[in-house]
Amino acid sequence: MPFIPHTEQDVRDMLATIGVGDVAALFDEIPASLQGHALERVPPQVGEMEITRVMHERARRDDQPVCFLGAGAYDHHIPAAVWELTTRGEYYSAYTPYQAEASQGTLQLVYEYQSMMAGLMAMDVSNASLYDGASALAEAILMAVRANRRSKTKRVLLPRTVHPRYRQVTETIVRNQGIELVDVDYDRKAGRLDPKALAAWDEEDVTALVVPQPNFLGQLEDVDALTDWAHARGALLIAVVNPIAMAVLQPPGDWGEAGADVACGDGQPLGIPMSSGGPHFGFMTCRQSHVRQMPGRIVGRTVDMEGREGYTLTLQPREQHIRRSKATSNICTNQGLMVTAATIHLALLGAEGLERVAAASHANTRALVAAASAVPGVEPLFDGPYLHEAVLRLPTRAAPVLDRLAADGVLGGLDLSADYPELGNAILVCATEKRTEADVQAYTRALTDALKLAQRA
Amino acid sequence: MSEVPSELRYTRTHEWVRDEGDGTVTVGITDHAQSSLGDLVFVELPEGGGMLEAGAACAVVESVKAASDIYAPLDGEMVGANERLADEPELINSDPYGEGWIFRLRVSDEGALDELLDADGYQEVLEAEE
Repeated sequence: MPFIPHTEQDVRDMLATIGVGDVAALFDEIPASLQGHALERVPPQVGEMEITRVMHERARRDDQPVCFLGAGAYDHHIPAAVWELTTRGEYYSAYTPYQAEASQGTLQLVYEYQSMMAGLMAMDVSNASLYDGASALAEAILMAVRANRRSKTKRVLLPRTVHPRYRQVTETIVRNQGIELVDVDYDRKAGRLDPKALAAWDEEDVTALVVPQPNFLGQLEDVDALTDWAHARGALLIAVVNPIAMAVLQPPGDWGEAGADVACGDGQPLGIPMSSGGPHFGFMTCRQSHVRQMPGRIVGRTVDMEGREGYTLTLQPREQHIRRSKATSNICTNQGLMVTAATIHLALLGAEGLERVAAASHANTRALVAAASAVPGVEPLFDGPYLHEAVLRLPTRAAPVLDRLAADGVLGGLDLSADYPELGNAILVCATEKRTEADVQAYTRALTDALKLAQRA
Repeated sequence: MSEVPSELRYTRTHEWVRDEGDGTVTVGITDHAQSSLGDLVFVELPEGGGMLEAGAACAVVESVKAASDIYAPLDGEMVGANERLADEPELINSDPYGEGWIFRLRVSDEGALDELLDADGYQEVLEAEE
């Protein structure tokens, strides 16, 4: 049944009243080329039994491989309580639960989330979340261009060590807004940005510099030097970080003399299952002085007329329903359910638990790198400090080797040849706290076999 | 009835303009504008030193439920802003024609002042809006 209360007769009456022939005529100002049509390859409907069978078949295809793949989505342990609580009806079924009169529970939860993220990042304020890490970075760049009124160029330095998909999404979102994204190359030996590579922009007007930590290749950037370089030139510093890593690394708010201006990233490692690629959520935090330029929702704590504590959306005049075309962003909502899970996840782990997850993930990654490096022809590609992810060089092309591993039930890493052809036969590997010594041994065995096969071929 | 001082000039977008007699004008928003917006919580002040054309948005006033652009009433150069508004935006509510001024312009053409509305003209605009 359609969930629309109007009968055919109602629709006819309404159209007759305003003197329009049919519903389609209401949309005639939208060019035909832009109008959506029925989805050709999607069947009209199937019964519950049939759809259950289809979904089970597809779920079986997912299988449960041993995951040594990170690159933006991480296989961390999620305590059972997280989704048990998150999927309670009160959280799960509420639609845009932001009215202070009716939704104190959700508003307080978002406020707690913001407090935790601000604390984790050592930044002043957090919004209620964005879609994912990639769109959060794009929004952070738009925000920095608005906030840096001193700079006239709208030029943003975007290192190649930032996640390639984040760079593509950012390009798509900001391309038509007069913003110049400048690639900054990295040091081939260290796998990170050489602060000297920025010398070309020493005397130029730069609006913002983006710094990833750890970077896409797992390496640690020289965040203090990069932050101070940006600030010395009047540029803003945008940090794009893995939130788990911030439990053991210096958080963006403490980078350099003054700290980052905006810190964003993907919240998936905080209690969100990988589930074939989504949904994730993006987080964004900033310093107080930029808060009016921050996109998305923000929940504040206040007191009512009787002095009782309460939570409510705040700073809404920045938002689309009020500022229209001049809104800070066309994002007027957040990833509510994912944030609910992340908040419960963070609350269960606590600061110490999060630190243990980060430390265990890193220890396992080190063990993986050491074990894999014992395989003939395999070696770590970079010599600098890394965290939780690393790049291995293989003696042969990566793709067939990874396919072999997958056939053995091992997600062996990410083939970097498409995004970083200059690195040769390189793969990006990652281990979380879930990987065991036996997993690492299985990986090494499978890699050894796959390489033998590849070299014979 | 909102206050419309007779010695000032006005725009249709509810800015008032005071001729300082030295080639500069002071600009704010009218009593009617502040009462329509309600309690102001933030003012985004213009940057100094820029050249503006009449009608260009150059500042923003924000109340709890709305945000409005403030437009330059005349062509000119931005020569100052009321820094007190950064911490006390409510001055616009309490004293729109005095302590609540927003910015000063060095006007390019002083003759253009005469093209703005006078108090009676602005009063008519308000009556037409009702």
